[in-house]
Amino acid sequence: MTEFKAFSKMKELMTNYYIEAKTTKEKPIAWITSGAPVEFLFAMDIIPIYPENYAAMCAANHQSVELMEAAEEAGFSQDICAYARTDFGADLTQGGPAGGLPPPHFLVCSTNICKTVIKWYEVVARKYNVPLFIVDTPFLHEGLNKDLIDYTVRQLKDLENFLSEFMGRPFDRERFYKVLALSQEAAEQWKKMLYLGKTMPSPFNSLDSFIHLGPIVTLRGTKECVDYYKLLYKEVAERAEKKIGSIPEEKYRVLWDNLPVWFKMRRLERFFEEKKCTLVVTTYANSWGGLGNHQTEAENDPYELLAASYLNVYINWGFEERIKYLAQLIEEFSLTGFIMHSNRSCKPYSVGMYRLQEELSRLTGRPGVVIEADQNDPRVYSDAQVETRLEAFIESMGSN
Amino acid sequence: MDYYAGIDVGSLTADAVLIDKKGKILGYAILPTGNNSQKAATEAFETALFRAGLSKGDVNRVVSTGYSRARVQEAQGSKTEIACHARGAVCLVPDAGTIIDIGGQDSKAILVGEDGRVINFAMNDKCAAGTGRFLEVMAGALDVPLGKMGDLAFESQEELTISSICTVFAESEVVSLISQGKGPADISMAVSRAIARRTAGLATRVGVTDTVVMTGGVAKNKAVVRLLSEDIGHPIRVPDEPQIVGALGAAIIAKEGNGD
Repeated sequence: MTEFKAFSKMKELMTNYYIEAKTTKEKPIAWITSGAPVEFLFAMDIIPIYPENYAAMCAANHQSVELMEAAEEAGFSQDICAYARTDFGADLTQGGPAGGLPPPHFLVCSTNICKTVIKWYEVVARKYNVPLFIVDTPFLHEGLNKDLIDYTVRQLKDLENFLSEFMGRPFDRERFYKVLALSQEAAEQWKKMLYLGKTMPSPFNSLDSFIHLGPIVTLRGTKECVDYYKLLYKEVAERAEKKIGSIPEEKYRVLWDNLPVWFKMRRLERFFEEKKCTLVVTTYANSWGGLGNHQTEAENDPYELLAASYLNVYINWGFEERIKYLAQLIEEFSLTGFIMHSNRSCKPYSVGMYRLQEELSRLTGRPGVVIEADQNDPRVYSDAQVETRLEAFIESMGSN
Repeated sequence: MDYYAGIDVGSLTADAVLIDKKGKILGYAILPTGNNSQKAATEAFETALFRAGLSKGDVNRVVSTGYSRARVQEAQGSKTEIACHARGAVCLVPDAGTIIDIGGQDSKAILVGEDGRVINFAMNDKCAAGTGRFLEVMAGALDVPLGKMGDLAFESQEELTISSICTVFAESEVVSLISQGKGPADISMAVSRAIARRTAGLATRVGVTDTVVMTGGVAKNKAVVRLLSEDIGHPIRVPDEPQIVGALGAAIIAKEGNGD
């Protein structure tokens, strides 16, 4: 990874976050999906815990296989998302780097990332006998519209009532507005940092942004999160200013679509560095920059803003919107090609990928490649097969 | 005279080709890879040298390709098999547009530009269905020599279907067809059809051009070639020795001084 001084600060933040969650006696714990409106939870002093983040940590620490095997032994199919299996296994064995997650008092999931989360969280709800609140965010086949926003806003109001009832006190709206402002500010900082990738050579690579995602996923809505991304931005901006690239020589600049392959970060980093190829931008890391996109004027209804933001995420978009966005990123970041990770675990992210590749190449004139891999399951990954495809793709960029 | 070599070490065979500075093939070898790819590469190289009447010192540059390309000691550079099959095929058939290669563990379709440049490629996913290994496993189940599978298929009288796309399950399908008393010719034809269908999908994905060339060991199976040709609706040209096309491409890339 590119060496950033901010990294130690992030480790400290994440460690403190998990320690507080594991030791708190006063604050309730809610398990929540990565794309759910966490701002409501912070407003009521509830600690959000992200099983997805924990599953990724397990895989990056090369612990996901033993945990998935435990889940599979308990009867979960190998065809289920590897995050879900890793978390089921971590819960069954209290395994992984934090020795399992603190038990939840209730659950919140949002369907904007996938529909698996409904069944996943129902399993957890049954096991712990706790309530589950589902925020249903319909798929945007043809973009955002008023009906979809209204439908989601009504659910956000229900979520307020649910939290108020659960905590036995009125929902703290004043606090909520403050949290929302912090959340927006963090997203803006994060996006601003990611867009420094437009500099040539890119001052960081996408493997760095995958690592530095931790706080924007788990701590957005807190002041610590904003402070962290200000610190990181400053450091990255300095590198951009001095034209220091993330790799010694940058010949190719590419986009990465879909989640990282968490258990292959180091190997892929070495591979790309050797091939003089920087992963510059990813649809995945960009997904947490969305809240910063919207207006913050006082007359805007914050509920509509949140509903629109959480509906309007890449993985919840239809085909046409995805194509347009990818093509725009390829132009804006002056990319030479694109890599699409067909992720066995994440069907909604991977569906239609060959068609996307074809159409995007036609539109942009840049080559692309689809690799078959998985975010968390090393048992379905082959180094030789993936690297041959990537190498042939890089060769094809070279001959153009 | 200047001489160049290409060594292609795949999952099933290690192939070496020697060319002169005009690109003429002087000698080649095809040996089983076995369990030591480095040794197989050296043996293939030495055999090709012997057949060409040359020694190692005569060779200016060696480029390796195939799955073990990074572990070929003799090579000064390497290139993926996608680039090498494209170069080799275009060398043998200059107007080649679509190249279909079915090797031991990979099948791929490559679309090339006028100069042999790779425009697009598609490969099989992780599954071995439709590869040389698939054919080898089925030949084993039928107890028919691999080289006889194609000719045997042409004697087929009854149309059978192998429905599974998984090599392991398809093998058990073959075993159950045998136990139902079905003949080896009909089963061999069904196996060929299964391979052709899967490969046609890859070819269609990258685009079928006027001149289609097929390379790799499976191109020696005439039944697969004919069925594939029917599926894509185009004649297919097969070089005299389809197995050495990757190594030939590597040798040409060596001659040009390329290969990282």
